[in-house]
Amino acid sequence: MSEEKEVTEETQPIVLEKLREKFADALLADAETSNGVAVVVNKDNSYALLEYLKTELAYAFLVDVTAVDNSNLESELMQYDYARFMVVYHLYTFEGETPRIRVKVPVHEKDLKVTSVTTLWKGANWLERETHDMFGIDFEGHPDLRRILMPDDFEGHPLRKDYPLRGRGERERFNFEKQNV
Amino acid sequence: MGLANTHIQSGASTEQTDGNIITTTIDKVVNWGRKNSLWPMPFGTACCAIEMMATLASKFDLSRFGSEAIRFSPRQSDLLIVSGRISIKMMPVLKRIYDQMPDPKWVISMGACASCGGVFDTYTLIQGVDQFLPVDVYIPGCPPRPEDLIDAVMQVQRQIQKGELPKGSEVAYNE
Repeated sequence: MSEEKEVTEETQPIVLEKLREKFADALLADAETSNGVAVVVNKDNSYALLEYLKTELAYAFLVDVTAVDNSNLESELMQYDYARFMVVYHLYTFEGETPRIRVKVPVHEKDLKVTSVTTLWKGANWLERETHDMFGIDFEGHPDLRRILMPDDFEGHPLRKDYPLRGRGERERFNFEKQNV
Repeated sequence: MGLANTHIQSGASTEQTDGNIITTTIDKVVNWGRKNSLWPMPFGTACCAIEMMATLASKFDLSRFGSEAIRFSPRQSDLLIVSGRISIKMMPVLKRIYDQMPDPKWVISMGACASCGGVFDTYTLIQGVDQFLPVDVYIPGCPPRPEDLIDAVMQVQRQIQKGELPKGSEVAYNE
């Protein structure tokens, strides 16, 4: 490890350099954060980049998969060709200099498909189901993409910015007689 | 002791013979037994449940009021304590648990969330379980203190001793 430190004498984390080298065309942005690295990658190469991070750079632990609805954030929208959603992966490694890395994938509203990473991390299963439930992102290759938090017959995706806080009358229309318990 | 007091308060025709025999009505005895052996079914989904645990533990000790036999099976309990937020996905479960409880049964709605939704005026939360369950006693507070829960249990006891029917009772068990 001490030998490696000498190599990284310049401030750039070694992970960032490797990613820039390998995914030069796919990276839309990258930055250093207070405790790691954040990269924005286009949708077509997201799986390849995450696979590379897991297999080659030992990011064995998938901390979280979630999404952000940027529809009220004009600055963010302009930056990534008006992609409404940003799917976010948080990774952690138990070895190396930069323990945490955040991978963001812009997703357009008209094409909500993102490749599932359940084949890389089994723990992604429920996290992707939650993102599907709350934002309507479709994870291709997911073994069982059902709602996980809301009732099965729920319509809409409540964490989208255009979803009203008090709902669209679910509370009033709710009929427990018809619900399967 | 409690039995004798009851009779004096209720003014029922009671005679004592040599201090050993008490005449009363069977209903009064049954109600007296019921009120002092309420078996609660806890339905704790949020911080109110923590206060409920404190109420049951030694410091506040709900067993002083005969309600220490917490049952986690609805079929063995007669007092449902709803303590916490109930979402639209949880409501069918709660309703089924209530339906499984044998009559007569009482419901305490503990805290702001169970009673009216509290601060969670959102798409997913039931704005008061009394829309779907017959609630006998409401407890305000966020969360209520253990004393408030004890007070609610005592209110249920008073209702039982008076012979009042629970809100959810369809048949007059007391007649």
